[in-house]
Amino acid sequence: MDVRKQQLTFYTLLLVATLAALAWGTRTAGTQGAAFALFASFTLGGGLMCIWERSVVRSAFSLMATFCGVAGLFVLLGHDYLAMAQILIYVGGILVLILFGVMLTPPDLKERQLPRVGLGVVLVLGTLLAVGAKVAATVEWARADTLPQIESRADYIGAAFLRAEDGYLVPFELAAVLLTVALVAAVYIARRKPSDLVDPAEEGGY
Amino acid sequence: MGLEAYVVVATVLFGLGVACLITRRNVIYVLMGIEMILNSANINFVAFNRFNGDGMDGRMFAIFVIILAAAEAAVALGIVLNVFQLFGTVKPSDVDLLRE
Repeated sequence: MDVRKQQLTFYTLLLVATLAALAWGTRTAGTQGAAFALFASFTLGGGLMCIWERSVVRSAFSLMATFCGVAGLFVLLGHDYLAMAQILIYVGGILVLILFGVMLTPPDLKERQLPRVGLGVVLVLGTLLAVGAKVAATVEWARADTLPQIESRADYIGAAFLRAEDGYLVPFELAAVLLTVALVAAVYIARRKPSDLVDPAEEGGY
Repeated sequence: MGLEAYVVVATVLFGLGVACLITRRNVIYVLMGIEMILNSANINFVAFNRFNGDGMDGRMFAIFVIILAAAEAAVALGIVLNVFQLFGTVKPSDVDLLRE
């Protein structure tokens, strides 16, 4: 099979799977089920495309579908603030960082090793699904009787961050320090000139 | 949709992330796989927070995971750039200076 045919087959299968998931969701839970199926297909389809595509740029852009799908799942769960943060940070930040990484490193356009990819996916997913089925069949998740009302406004979350007792003040400050250290370190590492990175082999050994 | 549906989606996304980690030979793909794994953890945190009463621990964990992912991506990109300058490759298996 040539590459074109492979692509066509893959995307047809993906589309069929998405439509099947939509039909299943609509049949089991109406509009909410359809929305869940749509976002879940975005999430998982993006992940599959990321593994499938040979070009790194296409893989990076397919991750956008994954991140947006996860944001949609957050909205369905009633956490609007998290969904907004997810889109801002993942799609607007991390994806751009990954694209910078793609642009600053050379492409690797070797022929895709289909058996390797297929074997990896089947092995990992098979193991996970076996364990997951076992867990789902045996564990009784503790759960509330009625779904509570969720306070997802940003000021509520901000107040919880800044409360010292029964709040998250210490982790919040730790996260702030960690972000400062990590970002300054990242800038320092990335901006070093090549002359600072002397190849040890040229220096006459270690 | 119930809790199980979200757990299943998170599990499959985790599997895809691990598969992306182990099947592709490029550091950029390793980064993408890690992001997928962190996202699946986030789905689990938020779903269990939603279906398990009125606490907000899961939501806060999810926010901290997002913060850590941002820091990790920035540092990892710097490391990738330096590795490429030093070794001229982005394959993790080619970075084997200590073997010589």
